[in-house]
Amino acid sequence: MTMEATRYEDGTISYPGHPRGPGGTEPVETVDLSAYTAEVVTWTTSMATPPGVREPNHLAIVEFDVDGEIVRALGQLTTGDVETGDEVQPVHVDELREPGAGIREPESQKWDGYRFEPV
Amino acid sequence: MERVAVIGSSMTQFGQRDGWILDLLAEAGLDCLDDAGVDAADVDHLYVSNMASGEFEGQTGIMNALAQDIDATPAYTQRIDQTSSSGGAGIYAAWQSVASGASDMTLLVGGEKMTHRTTGEATDVIASLTHPVEYKQGVTLPSFAGLTARHYLERFDAPRESLAKVAVKNHANGVHNPHAQFQKEVDLETVLESPIVADPLRLYDFCPITDGSAALMCCPESVAQEYTDEYVVISGIDGATDTHVVHEREDPTIMGGVVESGDGAYEMSGRDPGDIDVAELHDMFTILEFLQMEGLGFAEHGEAWKLVEEGETERDGELPINTSGGLKSKGHPLGASGVAQGVEIYEQLMGEAGDRQVEAEVGLCCNVGGFGNCVITTIMEAAQ
Repeated sequence: MTMEATRYEDGTISYPGHPRGPGGTEPVETVDLSAYTAEVVTWTTSMATPPGVREPNHLAIVEFDVDGEIVRALGQLTTGDVETGDEVQPVHVDELREPGAGIREPESQKWDGYRFEPV
Repeated sequence: MERVAVIGSSMTQFGQRDGWILDLLAEAGLDCLDDAGVDAADVDHLYVSNMASGEFEGQTGIMNALAQDIDATPAYTQRIDQTSSSGGAGIYAAWQSVASGASDMTLLVGGEKMTHRTTGEATDVIASLTHPVEYKQGVTLPSFAGLTARHYLERFDAPRESLAKVAVKNHANGVHNPHAQFQKEVDLETVLESPIVADPLRLYDFCPITDGSAALMCCPESVAQEYTDEYVVISGIDGATDTHVVHEREDPTIMGGVVESGDGAYEMSGRDPGDIDVAELHDMFTILEFLQMEGLGFAEHGEAWKLVEEGETERDGELPINTSGGLKSKGHPLGASGVAQGVEIYEQLMGEAGDRQVEAEVGLCCNVGGFGNCVITTIMEAAQ
């Protein structure tokens, strides 16, 4: 299991990856963010969640420092007991929400992924 | 290039309506024809702004159905979907159709039927606009607002009450809008003690789920003068995008689409933020009013909350914002909202806003799709 980000020709990294990066740069390699820790930039607890999503749903935008290159990700938190600036690590979850319970076609995307757990 | 005029407007009652999407569109469309004094047979182009009638109701092809329902065939029709900014995108399409010379009379009708769905279902339809890596995390548009609001408050040391004051202001304005979903004032305490939806934002920081429709009639200025001596012109309009993946933005408190579309609209109109007398901003969430005020140059970055605290954005303030009640109080039927913003600015510039009337010759509306993913900014002016 990997939390796959993409590095582009200019050295920038994005999560998720895109066919073209900043300035039209081409992807050159993938980076597994699950090997890194990150810092909480901001967080919320969502109390009104759609079908198939846990309630409450603790969410955060976190920032990874991959050898000096900053890359952000959004994901669920394992707990609502966090503060901005906390250090977190990705932990794999087989199903982040129930496929098929919402409007999106279950086969159209993957449903496993990472939650962020305080270190 | 001849200027594009607006010669008529209409808006249905917003709220929980018995009718379905085609009923709502026809109601606003016919009222707009009547308001403008235009025969349906004279409509060259008919645009319908709508985000998700297929998903909400299982009804597609609504633009063609509307053309027949209001007897506008054989007008060219097109449905405009740009998520929550479909209405603004419809104004842009209507402007393009007239400015290009392709149409001498364009009717724009925006509408959405949502309230027959549960809050969870409606939230999911809207959240389906997110990227797969966002959607699988159960992200909703309200949760983006909670994430952004926390960051804004912490970074700029803004008081939580300043966001609540946006809701209080817009509800106070909505009292005077007979078409608004909520024509009821709320006080600060009620907002701050309402149930948490996406921490730190609470129920009254969010717009409701709404049914409704709104319409505008556009034509070349020379044609407008055949119908009326009093009209409004679209002097500036532009649209822009920001990253689709919200967390990839360098600064979560800056919506690049707002900045870019605002710059484009200012440049086209020859206006600047100081020229704007009244504005309708996309307050789907209270925090969005701050971000748009800053992105459009009404306030410095991180300081919009101070103008709200000082009452500058109230109806009797230096820059009245959301005199209609905004999405917050008036309601947010997705595809109709951007058109309804245009209706409010049109009525303000024509002196037809009743108890909401402010002194205004230049107005602006900013319609935001997704969480700043796509934005349309429009500047309108009373014809001289």
